[in-house]
Amino acid sequence: MKIAQKTIKFLTIAMVAFFTATTFASGTDKKHDDQNDGGRVNTKEEVEAYILHHIKDSHDFSLFSYTGDNGERHHFGFPLPIILWTSEGLVTFMSSEFHHNDDGHVIVEKKGLKFAKVHSKIYELDQSASSISFDETHHPTNAHKVLDFSITKSVVGILFIGLLLLFWFSRLAKQYKTKKVPTGFARVLEPLVIYVRDEIAKPNIGEKHYRRFTGYLLTVFFFIWVLNLLGLTPFGFNVTGQLAVTACLAIFTLVIYTVSGTKGYWMHMVWMPGVPVLIRPVLAIIELAGALLIKPFSLLVRLFANISAGHIVVMSLIAIMFTLKESLGVVGATGLSLVLSFFITLIEVLVAFLQAYIFTMLSALFIGMAVEDHDEHH
Amino acid sequence: METLLNDFSPGLFVVSTILLLALIGLMVKFAWKPILNSLEERESGIEDALAAAENARKEMQNLQADNERLVKEARAERDAMMKEARDIRDKMIAEAKEDAKEVTTKLIENAQESIQQEKQAALAELKKNVAELSIGIAETVIKKELSSKKDQLKLVEETLKHVTLN
Repeated sequence: MKIAQKTIKFLTIAMVAFFTATTFASGTDKKHDDQNDGGRVNTKEEVEAYILHHIKDSHDFSLFSYTGDNGERHHFGFPLPIILWTSEGLVTFMSSEFHHNDDGHVIVEKKGLKFAKVHSKIYELDQSASSISFDETHHPTNAHKVLDFSITKSVVGILFIGLLLLFWFSRLAKQYKTKKVPTGFARVLEPLVIYVRDEIAKPNIGEKHYRRFTGYLLTVFFFIWVLNLLGLTPFGFNVTGQLAVTACLAIFTLVIYTVSGTKGYWMHMVWMPGVPVLIRPVLAIIELAGALLIKPFSLLVRLFANISAGHIVVMSLIAIMFTLKESLGVVGATGLSLVLSFFITLIEVLVAFLQAYIFTMLSALFIGMAVEDHDEHH
Repeated sequence: METLLNDFSPGLFVVSTILLLALIGLMVKFAWKPILNSLEERESGIEDALAAAENARKEMQNLQADNERLVKEARAERDAMMKEARDIRDKMIAEAKEDAKEVTTKLIENAQESIQQEKQAALAELKKNVAELSIGIAETVIKKELSSKKDQLKLVEETLKHVTLN
């Protein structure tokens, strides 16, 4: 069922993304009917599980898959390397050894250790155990997580976007050597760079200091924006919806504004001038918590939540195709799903930019607050 | 919260941190620094060009003003020259007229003088003729010797008849 949904999701998003080929719609319907003939039921629970599975990171790169005539599953995609730091040191193998299994049934043995993959997490089984067992809240009882440095789908996304950004902007940089005004695609990129510099970096950090931080802000802006857009493609990336990635970005901002904070900034934080001495320690606690915890936390959660929510909404609307099939009929449910997911995808395109803008803008704002000259206030 | 923490992958965090650090470093070195430098260079170039254009415009204005002034001066000069020429012409005409007048006056004077002289000469001739005639008459009268007073008068009368005053 998951496989069927994956297929349909791929086709649907492709169609929603391009919205031109009506032949795709009939293709989708046909697939749908085929699955229906196979006596498969797409329940709400399965849709939910599928969506939650999708927004997680994945150890292999699957484009789409389907169930063959003989009931065999066919997967299209490619495996990715798994790199683990275990109790026995470094262990590497390809993700294909799990055979697309995600509930811990397939055990991979390497260096005398047994590994199982449960909900996109890799567990190392205890020495005595031969198969993984779960408690009632579905936590493995005889296995523990390992440090997983695998080249997961998100890492592939980061690498791909990193190389793409490097390629685009180094070409833009090169163009300036021969001409004053870039041509071709670089001409699209140039106003974006100017936008980030003039609308985000300069007003929030100030003329005096903005140059030092513009490189970071530009990188973060384009990194988040392009990855957000990549998340809307049918490849199913959800990099900016990974807590680890947003946390990493937020901590970068935290480190930058903490390290570059001026004396005035720290004075205002730990020993606020102009207020009664007794209140100062209280204010210091609030200010420190704000600067070191709340600010980065708000950054990481905002990006993560917005992008994850976007993915969940788009996929839920696509799932209307199955969940409302009985009440609206195949054509009605598909049509409703297509119309709704089309418009939500349009909004998501806007959100992709907006979240990149907000993250960069707030980073610039926090940095600006830290490097601001406080002397003029006294 | 628990699922969120469960979803948090420390491995991915480490990997993405390393990749992002590398990406930021590479982007700053190979993209942002040259791009921002070129942009700033270009912007200052544009500002300079604008300032230069403004200067050129001002210079142009000055030049135009100069030109206008020159034209005005030239026109004034031309007017002055023309006025002078006109004056000279008028003066020349007036002088010529004067000269002509003088010459004619002199000519008239000369003519009158010569007329006067001719007249004098004629009068002198006449006087001489009259005197000669008178002498002739007197001669005749005397020759006849006063035969009668009547005859004498007749003679005078006849003689006078023959005399024509030129």
